[in-house]
Amino acid sequence: MPHIVCLVKQVPDPETPASQFKVDEAAKKVIPAPGIQPTRSQFDTIGVEAALRIKDKLPDTTITVMSLGPDSFRDSIKHCLAMGADEGVHINDPAVNDGDHWQTAEVLAAAIKKLGAFDLIIAGRQAVDWDMGVVGSTIAEILDSSIVTIAKDVQMDGGKVTVERVLLDGFETVEASTPAVVTVSNELGEPRYPQLRQIMQAAKKEVKAWTLSDLGIGAPERRTTLEALFIPDTSVQTEVIEGDSAQEKAQKLAQRLHEAKLI
Amino acid sequence: MSVLVFAEATEDGQLNPVTAELCGAAQKLGGDITVALLGKGVEGLSAQAGAYGAKKVIVVDDAQLELYLGDTYIQPAERIAREVGADAILFGQTMMGRDLAPRLAQRLGTAVAMDCTALTSEGGKMHAERPCFGGAARARYSFNSSPAMATVRVKALEPAAAGASSAEVVKQDAGIDASKVRTKVLDRRKEKAEGVRLEDAKVVVSGGRGLGGPEGFQPLETLAGVLGGAVGASRAVCDLGWYPVAAQVGLTGKVVTPDLYIAVGISGASQHMAGISSVKNIASINKDADAPIFKNSRWAVVADAKEFMPAFIEEVKKVKAA
Ligand SMILES: Cc1cc2nc3c(=O)[nH]c(=O)nc-3n(C[C@H](O)[C@H](O)[C@H](O)COP(=O)(O)OP(=O)(O)OC[C@H]3O[C@@H](n4cnc5c(N)ncnc54)[C@H](O)[C@@H]3O)c2cc1C
Ligand SMILES: Nc1ncnc2c1ncn2[C@@H]1O[C@H](COP(=O)(O)O)[C@@H](O)[C@H]1O
Repeated sequence: MPHIVCLVKQVPDPETPASQFKVDEAAKKVIPAPGIQPTRSQFDTIGVEAALRIKDKLPDTTITVMSLGPDSFRDSIKHCLAMGADEGVHINDPAVNDGDHWQTAEVLAAAIKKLGAFDLIIAGRQAVDWDMGVVGSTIAEILDSSIVTIAKDVQMDGGKVTVERVLLDGFETVEASTPAVVTVSNELGEPRYPQLRQIMQAAKKEVKAWTLSDLGIGAPERRTTLEALFIPDTSVQTEVIEGDSAQEKAQKLAQRLHEAKLI
Repeated sequence: MSVLVFAEATEDGQLNPVTAELCGAAQKLGGDITVALLGKGVEGLSAQAGAYGAKKVIVVDDAQLELYLGDTYIQPAERIAREVGADAILFGQTMMGRDLAPRLAQRLGTAVAMDCTALTSEGGKMHAERPCFGGAARARYSFNSSPAMATVRVKALEPAAAGASSAEVVKQDAGIDASKVRTKVLDRRKEKAEGVRLEDAKVVVSGGRGLGGPEGFQPLETLAGVLGGAVGASRAVCDLGWYPVAAQVGLTGKVVTPDLYIAVGISGASQHMAGISSVKNIASINKDADAPIFKNSRWAVVADAKEFMPAFIEEVKKVKAA
């Protein structure tokens, strides 16, 4: 029975309009935008989709959704269970809920070990909050499993995974032995959206609630310190090209670009 | 501060320009620089790799390193990192850097700040600044662990000037233990790009969802042709299949640095702007006068792309002919 663990993080909505995105520079934290709910990190639900596509072919697959964070993260786990994952693990411990990426990876790796054997761990290519893109690879190193990053397709079949990776100028197919960690990208496609019936079924699925003491570990060392968080000023002097017609505006823009020696 | 820079070669056997950028950053850190260069057929690039202020170049030239594969590259990379024992290690945020740096960091028991846009030395230690939240914010980190590691966004930092190389060149074996290679590349396909490469183009004409469909790209291709530039795209249109993924500009696509960026029917989400953060001249065409991209644009044209583009192409041709 194949076992897949999907790592899912909750993040501030990345589509928050720039005008509503604010940070508290002293606290070095993002101020939640009023009325905008946090959401599942986009690549992570794409990871759940990748797992579900495997389960569509290999129905005896078990998919565990795992998340490390405060109470609100439970909503993201529930969403993934409604998508079709089988069970959830919510690690919730104030000692590490706000940890750096390496604390997060150490704790998630310990939780995966506690679950027992796995064939595949799927993570996002990067969490769409800090955009770091290290947790998947770090867990692979900790667990000494193979790792393939930035996937657009993941196939699993008897002791190996075949992964299509997105390169800057193309694609490559990589075969990896299991257990493996794969990080996924948006080129994989849209994640399925739960139906009402599935949302109701998900209410009955188990979400294990663990703390560090359940994992039998203390808080790992923090390797980085956030020294500053700020919003850069990227605005420039803008000239609006006026004109009565598209024709007139086109002529003016061409002229400006010519004056600036750009064309 | 001693700095280990991981250089790299391009597929056509040149030294990747990011190498000069990394050495420029290392010099500013006050670094005593060692450059490591891994690949196949790269030995000939050693002198060039050493010309940006390095004291030493460690070159590993091995057929097994022809195609980048994490499981092979990590082996000499880890060995070199341990041997050199630098205070800081730098990679480019390239296919190699993205994949290799996080693995190496964990093996060395340290942290890596990814996709950095500024590196500074504070009291002899490296601090790393990087965009986050889709480019909407910047974060600056210090390191509690050593070495301090960073990958650096391509074209974000000033390249070091090439001088006469006085670097000592040391050849090393790859020393790859095949039993530790658990992955295999079965196939690699390039998306063919005709004409000027997006990364090298002086003019980039990019299109977004406002083009209304794949056919909306035709005038952009014509314009790029007239200007000797390349065509880029927003992720929205790549996801929709209107344009090839290789043309995607932004946080999860390409970083481009043309002299002129013309954005047509693109709203200007921070994740898109992350790919053009060092472009000074942005001209945007959008039918919405409140489109966020106008705030970052030197020239803003409120117009329907369908009407504007044909007229604009004619005007550009006239200007060029004059
Ligand atoms: C983690 C993450 C990573 C991402 N990475 C990237 C990335 O690398 N690159 C990227 O581009 N995006 C990226 N995105 C997506 C990004 O957030 C936006 O969704 C995307 O850039 C929007 O593309 P768009 O501007 O083409 O579409 P829209 O936002 O839909 O904008 C279309 C624009 O066209 C205008 N328009 C409509 N009709 C016309 C017309 N007839 N003439 C002129 N203008 C018209 C509209 O006014 C609008 O401003 C990422 C998102 C996330 C969450
Ligand atoms: N707190 C977390 N809980 C669950 N998964 C996480 C967490 N942090 C990171 N991940 C996973 O690791 C991926 C990469 O995260 P990062 O390295 O933070 O960009 C994410 O897309 C998630 O799949």
